[in-house]
Parts: sequence; C-alpha cells; structure tokens
Amino acid sequence: MAETFEQAEQAAALIKVTYEEQPAIVGLEENLTSAYKPAAGLGGAATQVTRGEAEAAFQSAAVRSEQTYTTPVYHHNAMEPHATIAQWEGDKLTVYDATQSVMGVKGLLSVTLGIPAENVQVYALYIGGGFGSKGFTWANTLLAPMAAKQFDRPVKLVLSRQQVFSTAGRRTQTVQKVSLGADSTGKLAAVKHATISETSFVDEFVETAGVATTMLYSTPNLDVSHELVRLNRGTPCPTRAPGEAPGTFALEVAMDELAEQLKIDPAQLRLINHADMEEQKKKQFSEKSLKECYQKGAEVIGWKNRKAEPGTLREGNYLVGYGMATATYPANRSASTAKATLFADGHAEILCGTQDIGTGTYTVMTQVAADAFALPPEKVKVKLGDSSYPKGAQSGGSQVSASVGPPIRAAALGAISKLIRLAIADPSSPLHGYKEEEIMADNGKIHLIKEPGRVETYVQIMNRKGLDKLEAQAKTNVSTRPSTPAPAPAGSPEAKAEEESKANKAVQEDEKMDRKDYAFHSFGAHFVKVLVDPDLGMIKIDRIVGVMDIGTVMNLKTATNQIMGGMIFGIGMALMENTQYDPNNGRVVTRDLAQYLVPVHADIPEIEVHFINKPDTFISPIGARGIGEIGITGITAAIANAVYNATGKRVRDLPITPDKLIS
Amino acid sequence: MEPFKLIRVHDNQAAIRTALMAGSRFIAGGTNLIDLMKLHIETPKQVVDINKLPFSGIEELPDGGLRIGALVKNSDLAYHPVVIKKYPVLSEALLSGASPQLRNMASVGGNLMQRTRCPYFYNTDFACNKRNPGSGCAALTGYNRMNAVLGTSDHCIATHPSDMCVALAALDATIHVQGTKGSRLIPFGEFHRLPGQTPHVEHSLLPGELITHVDIPGMSYSYRSHYLKVRDRASYEFALTSAAVLLDIRGGRIQKADIALGGVGTKPWRAVPAEKVLNGASADLQTYRAAAEAALSQAKSYKDNAYKIELAKRTLVRALTTAAAIS
Repeated sequence: MAETFEQAEQAAALIKVTYEEQPAIVGLEENLTSAYKPAAGLGGAATQVTRGEAEAAFQSAAVRSEQTYTTPVYHHNAMEPHATIAQWEGDKLTVYDATQSVMGVKGLLSVTLGIPAENVQVYALYIGGGFGSKGFTWANTLLAPMAAKQFDRPVKLVLSRQQVFSTAGRRTQTVQKVSLGADSTGKLAAVKHATISETSFVDEFVETAGVATTMLYSTPNLDVSHELVRLNRGTPCPTRAPGEAPGTFALEVAMDELAEQLKIDPAQLRLINHADMEEQKKKQFSEKSLKECYQKGAEVIGWKNRKAEPGTLREGNYLVGYGMATATYPANRSASTAKATLFADGHAEILCGTQDIGTGTYTVMTQVAADAFALPPEKVKVKLGDSSYPKGAQSGGSQVSASVGPPIRAAALGAISKLIRLAIADPSSPLHGYKEEEIMADNGKIHLIKEPGRVETYVQIMNRKGLDKLEAQAKTNVSTRPSTPAPAPAGSPEAKAEEESKANKAVQEDEKMDRKDYAFHSFGAHFVKVLVDPDLGMIKIDRIVGVMDIGTVMNLKTATNQIMGGMIFGIGMALMENTQYDPNNGRVVTRDLAQYLVPVHADIPEIEVHFINKPDTFISPIGARGIGEIGITGITAAIANAVYNATGKRVRDLPITPDKLIS
Repeated sequence: MEPFKLIRVHDNQAAIRTALMAGSRFIAGGTNLIDLMKLHIETPKQVVDINKLPFSGIEELPDGGLRIGALVKNSDLAYHPVVIKKYPVLSEALLSGASPQLRNMASVGGNLMQRTRCPYFYNTDFACNKRNPGSGCAALTGYNRMNAVLGTSDHCIATHPSDMCVALAALDATIHVQGTKGSRLIPFGEFHRLPGQTPHVEHSLLPGELITHVDIPGMSYSYRSHYLKVRDRASYEFALTSAAVLLDIRGGRIQKADIALGGVGTKPWRAVPAEKVLNGASADLQTYRAAAEAALSQAKSYKDNAYKIELAKRTLVRALTTAAAIS
C-alpha cells in the first residue's frame, strides 16, 4: 500500500505480468456472422419490436432507401476519472465514490462484500462528470474497500486516464441497416432498423439503437431488431443517450436520403410522417410540440437559404450546407423519496439520496424546494449524494428532475402543512381555528388568504411550541417505466415516508394523475449550417441551433447548459470522437485525450438553444421532463446531413473526417 | 514515473558535463519529456534543467537572417515581429501546433527534440523498435491511420510530429550545438535521422551535446511563405498532412521554391523532387500539381493511411496557391 500517488504508480509499473496469449476476437465487422439475438436490453427493454408486415410493405413501396450506417466505440471521458475512497470503522464501511447512484453503490457493496446495507455509507457530494460511465460500478469501487480491509487503513484508488479506456465502460460499436419505404407523397409505408452491436464475453449490454425508431414516425409497418456479437473487449455500458444517440444518427440520415429520393424538403418529410400518437404502444403523448420545434429551428437557421441540390452553395473557398434532424428521448420518472425539515431559525433543508453529477440538480431542486417552502432560495439547503438520505433516483436516463422534484416539493409542502395545522390548533395564534385551505404560506410567513394582515412567521409558530425543527417526508411511486417499483422494505425510511405520504395532498394528487393512456417523450429539432473545404475535407460548423420540447424549463441557464453539452457531444460524434483497438490483440490504442479527440473551442461555434417551454401536465405537477440526454440525439445526423448538402458526399461511417470526405 | 535527480545548471560546460552521465536528459519546457516520463517511456536518472542558460534571445543577423536561442518559447518566436513579417511560414507553423498553454512552455530546442506520437510508441504494452529496440513494430500491422508514408522502414513508420520543424526544414535552418569538443553546426536536413534499422536513433547529436541556437538565413522572398495544416480538429491536434512553402516568383516564373511536408514523414520532410519541378517553372496550378505528384512519388502507404498521399498532394497545392497570392 503506497503513501503517495507517485509511489503507487511506480510500484505498479514494477509488476511484470506475463500472459499466455490466445487468439483474440477483436473486430465487429469481421465477426458479424456470430451475431445472436439478446433476450432484452437494460432494465428489460424490448429489443425486437414489430408491427404490421414491414418486409412486404418495404418491398412493394414506391420509393425505397436502404443503407448501412456504422458508428465506432466511444469513451465517456469525464474529466474526473473513476475514483473511490474507502474506510472501515469496525464493521462499518464508509465510501466516497464518483458515482451516478449512491444508492446503487450502497446496495452493490452490501451484496458483493456480504455485509448488511445499514453498515454501508456512501457519499458522492460532487461528481466531475459521468455521462453513463459512473452509472455502472467498476472494479475501483470494490477494490478500495477490499484493500482498506486488508491493510486496516483508509484507501484511495483513482483510475488513470489510460485505465478508464479499458476497464470502466464505453459505448459499443454499431452496424445499423435502416430500410425506409414510402409512397410517392413521402408517407412512410415501412420502417426497418436492424442493429448489430458488440458486447464482452463477461457481460451483456445492448445498445438499443432502434428504440426511438419504434415511435418517432408514423408508419403501419415496422421491424426493429437488435443483435449482439461477443468480442474480446471491455464491457460496454450506457453512454450519453445509449441507443438514441447512435440510433438517431442512422435513422435521421436515412430520412435525409429518403427526402432526397422523393425530392421533398427534409423538414417537410418529417412533418408528413409526424407521429400524432405513440403508435407502438397506441397511446397519446403526454405533451408534444415537435412541429413547433421544426418551425422555430428552420426560422432561426434560415432554412429557406438551403439549396436542395447538394454542392451548389458557396461562400469563398467553402461549400455551404444545411442539415436538420429530429431529437427525441423518453421522459423517464421513477419512485423517489425526500425529507424536508423546517428549522426554528427560519431556514429549511431537503435531504434526498440522489446526486448532482454536474447537471445542476442542487440548483434546480433548491428552486423547487424554495417555491414549496415559500422561502427565498438562500434560506433553503438541499443536501444530496449521501446514501443515508431517503432513496432518490439514480442519475441516469434523464430522470432526476422529473423523479425527485415531485417528492421534494411534496415533502416541503407537507412540512408547511404541518406548520399551518400547528397554528390552527394553537389558541395563541392569530390563525387559530381557521381551516388549512384558508391559509397560505408566503416568504417565511403564513397568513389568512382573505386577510393578509392575519399573519405569523414560521419562526414565531415554532418558537412558541418550543420546536427546534419540523419534519416531513414524501415518497412518490410514479414510474413511467414498464416495471412497477418494488415496495419499500418494512421499517425502512422509504416505508415510513410512504406511510406519511398517504396524508400528503401533493403526493396524492401526483399519484392519482391518470397516466396509463399516455406515452412520455421529449422531442426537439437540430438545425446546422456547415462550411466544407472540399479539397482538404475540412469541416467547419458555422451555426448550430437546437430547439427542445422538454416540458417546463425549470432553470433556463442549467437547461441551456445541458442541451449545449449534448450538442457538443454531437459535434464530437459527428466529426472526431472514436476509440480504436489494435486489430491484432484488441487492446485500446487511442487511450488518452491527445489521441481520443473531443471538440475544442475552435471546433464549436456559438450554440443557439431554444425551448418550447410548454408544461407536461401528466408527467408531474411540476410539468418538467428530464433534459440530460436529448441534446445529443439527432445532432450527429443534422451535421452529417449538412455535410452532404454542402458536398454531395454521403458519409455513413462516423466520424466524418477529412480522409473520408476526399476519398 | 521513475524517481530521478533534478540538476539545475548555470553554465554550458556544467550542462554538457552533467549530460554525459549515463541516463541524463536535458529539460527546458518539459512539455514532451514529462509526459514520456509519466508513461515510463523515458526513464532518466538525471534531469538536467537548462532553463538558466543564456539562450533565450532572438537576434537579427547581418545577412538579414535570425539567430534564435534554443530556450526561446514557441509563443515568443511565433509572435516576434520579425518572424511575423519576414517568415510567416514559421509563425504560422508554430501557432498551428499544440495549444497556447503548451506553446508558452515549449522551447525551440525541445521542439527539435520532440518525439513521435505514434500510439504504439506511447503504450509500453506494445512492441516498438523506437522505444525498445528489437522488439518489433506494432504499428506496421496495427492501427496506423496517423503514421508516415515517406521515409518509413520495415522497423518503424512513426510520424515526426513537429510543425515548427517542417517550417525550419523549408527555411534551411542551421542548428548550433556545443559539446565536449566545442561547437559545431548541423544543417537542418542532417539533424533528424531516418528510422532505417535503428529507429531509436532519432537525431545526430553526440552524447552530452547541447543545442544552443538555430539560425535561419536571410531570404529576399521569405515573406512569400505559408504553412498549411490539415487535421481532425481545429486546434490542439497533430497534422494529418501539412506543408511549408516559400516561393521566389518573378514575372510569373518561380525562381526558387523551398518545400517541406509534415504529417507524412518519419522526419520533417524536405520535398526536393517538388522543388525541382517548381524551380524555373511558371507559377500556376498545373505546375503545383506536378510538384505535388513529385513530392509524393516515393510514398508508401499502410493499412489505414493511404489517404495521406492524396491529402498531402492537395495540401501542397493549396499551400502553393496561397503563398503565390501573397504580395
């Protein structure tokens, strides 16, 4: 056990490992014949989805487009590598972990180390980026507690950048065949989307690239399939909109190709095939303003300047191209719990066992809590990233805001309700004897609605009762996923919260909303203008516009930031990001940030983000859907379509680098 | 990183003496050496810090040329008014390399000594004749999209990474070195070595020899020069292909052309066959294309880098076209 990082690193380098080499199975495209159909994707997601008679309808369609699109392996490359600090005190284990789920790590450590869950305490107060890589748990989280036990001392374990490339998740490579059949008016008669991706020999992960295809456009005939090939590579895991990000590249470039064959404007083709309802589940959308996204994006970018004929618009030495694509991501929500406390000094606190992975959860939940507590934000402290708190959602699947916002709001409202009832019951209060619904909270005080002068501060009420604090808990059991949440174990904090929530009006109103007839999805549209130097194959993104329909925008700054981040990921995917493996032995070759390229400032123009900002009245009383991942969907296709429009060169293999454009 | 001794020296002789000890390396900006030490590719016993030596100046020479101290920072050289005015090719090459932070640290001497970024050289798990002589070359049959197409051998196909050196090759720079036997001059073209059967021998410095200055000659036409770099992202990335060109054009005819290519060679690549085509020919696109064909006529590509041959030709044609338009 080393005392310093430098010591540890040098000592590890002195260990010489020899391997008995066996033939390696290293390339996806060389091993497509060994593809098999996986039973299900992550969380039981369906991997084989059909409706109607796709093959027959495709074969008899008036206009057909059938192409294969390929995407490479990507690595998340959060600036903060995976890292764990572990310390034992007797049987109790404390772990500081860079994770997207403190609750997940707690459960996993309990199971794998064979110790009771109550003996495991996990902290993740701030996380330097995850992008899916910290949603799964990797060796560091287990090795640090094991070493700490072995040597009876605290242990810190930080992966190097090179190690992150081999042992801590990645996005899988995909080969996607998209077949679109349409009638002469552009109406889709058949959509087929067959994905082959790869996984390791030790675990199975399906990149559900076709998942968005099942619902994005209206078509009576659909066939979405997923197959896997096992390779000698590290296990893949969710990465920045797993499924949708590579899947919308293939589908949305295919739509562009079909539009060209039909001689229909690509934005118009999307309108012609707009899905007014979720046709696979046969449900209405809870809220959908996609048409407005197309309209706004087209206006902002100046879509009317686009020439249908590729390679015909020039600015100086550059060819100019415009491209667009649809963005989409499911609006997930899962059961979550929160605890609210009002203190006698007039401040309030929220505890919730979720975490802020750099997306603004602290900020946005402070807003939600401050509104519900009727306190200014500086009087509200939101505490997250601690596994001793009531169980909140994991930071994955763009679900945190939609999942923990409602119970945080309900818990805070529950605390205020308790306070109001205290005043009503107290003969010394000016509000004594009134009904709860006649009283409202405002800026640290409660007053009679019809007589604002009849007022008391939170502090006065609590002081008179000799209370140093007033607590309330809330659990909302709403889930937009097919699986229903398991009941909370008896005696657990979640079970107590569930019990208390039976009397919480905000929880009741939320849970009794009729959601069964609705499908929950966010939508958006990306519009891009590119300049391409046709001789040298160099691409410059001139303008990039994203218009998002994500329900209520809770905080314009953090929301804009989220979408911008996704769009920059999209620039990376479109133009440079890719992980290369040695074709002989399968080890990662490009395993640092000098060889795995991500966009720098010089690659990124000013990013223009707009929101429709229409509340989703079915997802929750707050009306906001998650926003973490939709920004990266569609954007890669929009860039690829713009490059085609500029040059007439269709690159179907990402990234679009100079060598591919000049070949 | 392996433990090492840091020795600060204050005069040339002490530097040279210390550097003669086995396992010594000079350090100036450290922007390449420290990375290599962290990755166990370089494992010096002594690191000789030469930053206190008096080689930080840039002075104009009587022939109109420039004498550049080996410790001059890349940024200072790039933004030197004489360089901007008289040698745009050098300023542009420097500013197209690395990032502002790296250029602020990196020295001219260090840039001359910078080592390849071949991923197989950078990863001690793979065979590499440059890093571990005799172990083989994993890049030959590996992922070699970034590797060289000129000057390669069966033992090494690593690309020389520098932008600055491509400009200095075209400028016919001279390198001043000092060693135990005194000072000597090395013509730029003889400084870097082709890999041949000894890819670990990268330059012609003798043990202990210290680079003190780089001279670039005065040239009446050097204002008509240009560096063009094609790469996968807009900044902070090595060249797929690059070209440094100087053109002496009089009356529409090229009197003299100085051409070097980057991103394609195992050393900064002086394109003599292209110069032969250009010298005395008329300054037009047809000539530039013929020169580009000549420059790459000896190129040999590998599994993933055939594109470099065509891209390098286009890069040279564009660089020549751009330089010719400078007045």
